[in-house]
Amino acid sequence: VKPWEKRQRIISRICVGLVVVAVLIYMIPIYWIAATSIKPTLLIHSRTPVLFFQPTGEHYRHLLYRTVNIAGRERVLGASEYPERYWNSIVIGGISTFLAVALGTMAAYAFSRFKVKGQSDWMFFILSTRMLPPVVVVIPIFLMYRALGLLDTHLGLILLYTVFNVSFAVWLMKGFMDEIPKEYEEAALLDGYTRLQAFRKVTLPQSVTAIAATAVFCLISAWNEFAFALLLTTRSATTAPPTIANAMGASGLDWGQVAAGAAVFLLPVAFFTFLMRNHLLRGITFGAIKK
Amino acid sequence: VGQLGEAILEEKVLDVGNRPQEAVGGRRRRGGLSDHQVKTAFLMPTLLLLIAWNIFPLLWSLYLSFCSFSATDSQPARWIGIANYHAILNDPGIWKYFSTTATIVVFSVLAQAAIGFSLAMLLNRPFPLKGFVTTLLLVPMMLSPVVVGLFWKYLFDDVNGLMNFLAETVFRQERVQWLSTPRMALTSLVIVDTWMWSPFMMLISLAGLSAVPPHLYEAAEVDRASSWFKFRWITLPMVAPLLLVALLFRTMDAFKLFDLVYVMTKGAPGDSTETLSLHLYRIAFDQFDTGKACALAYIMLVIIIALSNLYVRYLNKVKEGH
Repeated sequence: VKPWEKRQRIISRICVGLVVVAVLIYMIPIYWIAATSIKPTLLIHSRTPVLFFQPTGEHYRHLLYRTVNIAGRERVLGASEYPERYWNSIVIGGISTFLAVALGTMAAYAFSRFKVKGQSDWMFFILSTRMLPPVVVVIPIFLMYRALGLLDTHLGLILLYTVFNVSFAVWLMKGFMDEIPKEYEEAALLDGYTRLQAFRKVTLPQSVTAIAATAVFCLISAWNEFAFALLLTTRSATTAPPTIANAMGASGLDWGQVAAGAAVFLLPVAFFTFLMRNHLLRGITFGAIKK
Repeated sequence: VGQLGEAILEEKVLDVGNRPQEAVGGRRRRGGLSDHQVKTAFLMPTLLLLIAWNIFPLLWSLYLSFCSFSATDSQPARWIGIANYHAILNDPGIWKYFSTTATIVVFSVLAQAAIGFSLAMLLNRPFPLKGFVTTLLLVPMMLSPVVVGLFWKYLFDDVNGLMNFLAETVFRQERVQWLSTPRMALTSLVIVDTWMWSPFMMLISLAGLSAVPPHLYEAAEVDRASSWFKFRWITLPMVAPLLLVALLFRTMDAFKLFDLVYVMTKGAPGDSTETLSLHLYRIAFDQFDTGKACALAYIMLVIIIALSNLYVRYLNKVKEGH
């Protein structure tokens, strides 16, 4: 073995070692959420972290029921608000994603296939609406919603998340649409399809993957959204993030509860991240950087 | 059926059973909506929605920013000219919040670029489970900042936190009061933001690294170039444009930093971690000084629009280059 090769091998070993360290650093907080969520409360408050313990489901049970300890026995007080809020997140995220992707796909098709006057200006306008900090936009939206009676309604948040995501969907879908060759569609038009039929039967089936990827990204950002949900809802339409932040975090001590709520909330996102791994780059740069 | 049509049939893109009768018969017939109508029908809903939910409220808040108005008051808005802007720009507090925001942005974005790029260099070689490991590292940036922030608050806990345990046992340091001293509170925010967003830089750097044509390295190899030379004159110039786009993107994002601060410190201790977004939230929803809040919102708006303009311009440059 030449010394040069030997050096090369050592370097690559060191690199693998560093990767392992990086993965550890990244995974410890996530592991800790999972571990805390099944750790008995007493051990959570121990000064030295406890690694081995008898797992308990109490924190998950408390996500469902509010309980109180009377003379050492647990009594159920009533249903907790978390399942309801979680369901709000699903409904609001799901419907707004559907609307945003439907509108975004159509607009992206128009931008991609037809000449639109001032196209780059429109595209910039669309992007810039997404770039605005939520706290900046939320003040006039708050006033508008109060006047329209949309505060603390599902409809209000659904519409807002649709708007918030449609700009993203347009950009992402336009990138995808530009990659689908026009020729298929033109051939279909020659064959007597109308434009709408060509869109429905030729272009749409070819963009199924693109639509799925876009939908997942919209779903995740609606799912994670915090500022709007915090400021525009009070009870009935509140989603999970403000609930986790305010209701669970307010006492500041019930880390088991926070961990269980967080685990249930983060798991779907982690799952979708793995599902979308090949489209992440595109999604996160608004479709601007393609591999 | 025309030649192109046949090509499609061969590609099995079209299902014959679904084709309209006229098409199979080979007759050309145009019907339905014209291209122009389709274009209008496809664009209008999106544009109208964006205008109704963005332009209209923003015009309203532009008007309010010149008024004395409180959302909790029944009093109508009263025109006071540029007094709100004057008050904000003359408030020494605001400049502090500007500099707090800037500090967090600069440190976290630089740390993310450095860590992300290094990670990408490490990952840019074949090793077992590469795809899995890469995706694993990308999970944090997809998670909700609120939940991540809340959980890091537990990790940073003075008594029960994992960070202090590590500081004590592994690094033999004294326990640190992560979130209750001004310096450390800022540092903690930077740490969490960096933990979340370094993968973003890593992902973009990886894209840049994989786009470097291998023949450049081979040529350098023939010339017996040093590793440093290859890095400095091949790798870096190829990745730099993408990295710059990512930097700009993260700068805009960090500018909006709200969720993380809201759950981790709420600006505490004192106002040492009060970012612009958090301060805006306070003026608008604690003090309900709506007119003043609109003015501050407009100042931030102008900065963000300028940044995103820069971003799009640079992005187009990169796209043309690739």
